[in-house]
Amino acid sequence: MKLKYFSAPYIIWMVVFIAVPLLLIAYFAFTTDGGSFTVKYISDVGQYANIFIRSIWLSLIATAICLVVAYPVAFILSRMEKHKQGTMLMIVMLPMWMNFLLRTYAWMTLLGNNGIINHLFGLVGLGPYKLINTSGAVVLGMVYNYLPFMILPLYSVMEKIDKSMFEAASDLGCNSTQTLFRVVVPLSVPGITSGITMVFVPAISTFIISRMLGGGSNLLIGDLIEMQFLGNAYNPHLGAAISLVLMVIILVIMTVMNQFDPEDQVLM
Amino acid sequence: MKKRFFSLLMASLCMAGIFAGCSAETADEEEDDGDEEVTEQTLTVSDPDYYTRFKDKGISINVYNWGEYISTGADEGTLDVNGEFEKLTGIKVNYTNFATNEEMYAKMKGGAASYDVIIPSDYMISKLIKEDMIQKLDMENIPNFSYIMDNFRNMAYDPANEYTVPYTWGTVGIIYDTTMIDLAPEDIDWDLLWNEDYADQILMFDNPRDAFAISEIMQGYSINTEDPEELEAAAAKLTKQKKIVQGYVMDEIFDKMGAGDALIAPYYAGDALTILEENDSLGFVVPKSGTNLFIDAMCIPTTSRQKEAAEMYINFMCEPDIAYANIDYICYSTPHQAAFDMLDEEVRNSSVSYPDSQFIADKTTVFVNLSDEANQQMQDLWTEMKSAEDENTNKWIAPVFLIASIVFMVVVLIRRRIKSKKDIF
Repeated sequence: MKLKYFSAPYIIWMVVFIAVPLLLIAYFAFTTDGGSFTVKYISDVGQYANIFIRSIWLSLIATAICLVVAYPVAFILSRMEKHKQGTMLMIVMLPMWMNFLLRTYAWMTLLGNNGIINHLFGLVGLGPYKLINTSGAVVLGMVYNYLPFMILPLYSVMEKIDKSMFEAASDLGCNSTQTLFRVVVPLSVPGITSGITMVFVPAISTFIISRMLGGGSNLLIGDLIEMQFLGNAYNPHLGAAISLVLMVIILVIMTVMNQFDPEDQVLM
Repeated sequence: MKKRFFSLLMASLCMAGIFAGCSAETADEEEDDGDEEVTEQTLTVSDPDYYTRFKDKGISINVYNWGEYISTGADEGTLDVNGEFEKLTGIKVNYTNFATNEEMYAKMKGGAASYDVIIPSDYMISKLIKEDMIQKLDMENIPNFSYIMDNFRNMAYDPANEYTVPYTWGTVGIIYDTTMIDLAPEDIDWDLLWNEDYADQILMFDNPRDAFAISEIMQGYSINTEDPEELEAAAAKLTKQKKIVQGYVMDEIFDKMGAGDALIAPYYAGDALTILEENDSLGFVVPKSGTNLFIDAMCIPTTSRQKEAAEMYINFMCEPDIAYANIDYICYSTPHQAAFDMLDEEVRNSSVSYPDSQFIADKTTVFVNLSDEANQQMQDLWTEMKSAEDENTNKWIAPVFLIASIVFMVVVLIRRRIKSKKDIF
């Protein structure tokens, strides 16, 4: 019973900094400047459908690439000797020690028309290619920045898969492909779902990556929301409405994702 | 050593007359470093007693200004203006920056921070006055207002000049790479930004007001137009430009033009000169078909709790030595007569920093605040333009994929349900 009191600080924190702001967003989304009720802003969000679709599309691609890249990495990592795992994990985490903005900024110089990559292409007589200010560059930025968030949950799930599972699988006549799809994948589903959540959610709401690598012509929902608060538009009500719609979309997607997880242990 | 070489290089470039602007200033400054030191020690203000009124009272003021918009003393031989003010008056200055007028407006509107001196631009000032967010100044406390040139008083945004003291002004022009674009400066006009020969080498303003202004000038409209049809025509022109624009940027212009990633970009004269200073291959022109003249002016928000100290700060910024130090550092144009007189002749005669008064009168316009409807329309058109899909990408891929993935998920879920029911029995 007494243990309850120890959670008080977090409960207060949660109410003041999570619950109240959420309610405020909802309040702003449904009121006018004068404070009277309106659904105008929510219905206005409809005109930005193409931006929503593009954001979902780009972040889905980024999430898929992350999954494809991270899965083998996490698997190899989890099968390494224990003392090597620590070092390898640190290498995976290493980019995250550096500021997020700086990392994205670095890509700007790499991808520029006179950047290092185009320069290297130039040496072998190719290019220059238009690399920056494309949606591809935005996806690349997302993958680069959020890849560790996919590797870590996958790794922590796979690490728990006992070696004897593989032995049992081959004992019962599974070849390696069958082992992968009948043993490893089903057992790592919780890792896959939480990895997808942790990549997809920040990717869909990012604005700085599209600003820096998309050249301002690949608007995402994050940019749109930012424009409502810090841009010329200055319309907090519309901004709140867009955020609310985005939240609902993420919630729906996450609920669907949750259904895949046998133990419902997904991070929301 | 490197710096020395740099200044020599600059000096020789100025001689060649490739560009006359602040570059001349830096070069000179480096050469008579010694003199600068002396000025720093013997900073003279018109009325020392006026400034010491609040000494030792522990007062502090919050100043909110554009980034890179004051002399900070970070470079050798320049004056630390805020430091000098603190030394002289004993008033602590909390100095913060904003990147756009709108950011400043949002901060003020949010009400979380209280500022004592802000330096917004023309159209934002008229908006702030309209919304009662800045207060009238007591000009008695700002005697140095007398230095402000006549043609920068009583501007359209503040007709009776009760709210503002102009700080700087400038024009919008085109920065371009002289090595790649073989055109005489007088042949360069706004249509260069629409020239398809330079596809993907063009940068554009990432802010609707400035971008629309360019499009409006080209079509002969006023840059303050509120006519829905003219705004739509302006947006249509911008949409046409989109496919050859490399990116919509603001401050990134510094890096991109400097690194040679782009060839053409519109920008503000003062900042352009700063870029030019470091890149001899770049040039800057103010298009002859007309441009926007902007004025940034100092004002005091209604929420200020230290009005007199704020007025003292504004007055200090108008001290000839201080105004000169600032303008010399930031390279914009000054409305301050005494500071203007102190500038090098070369700068004073520069057609970039100080276009002749005939051009200013005939071909430049100052922004005024648009009506809410026009602002809203401009914003909507801008978002629409920016989010317009490339013609070559298939519109259907994304929605079809989305629907397919939803169907896939539903199928998997149903299968799982059926399976789990079977498992139970």
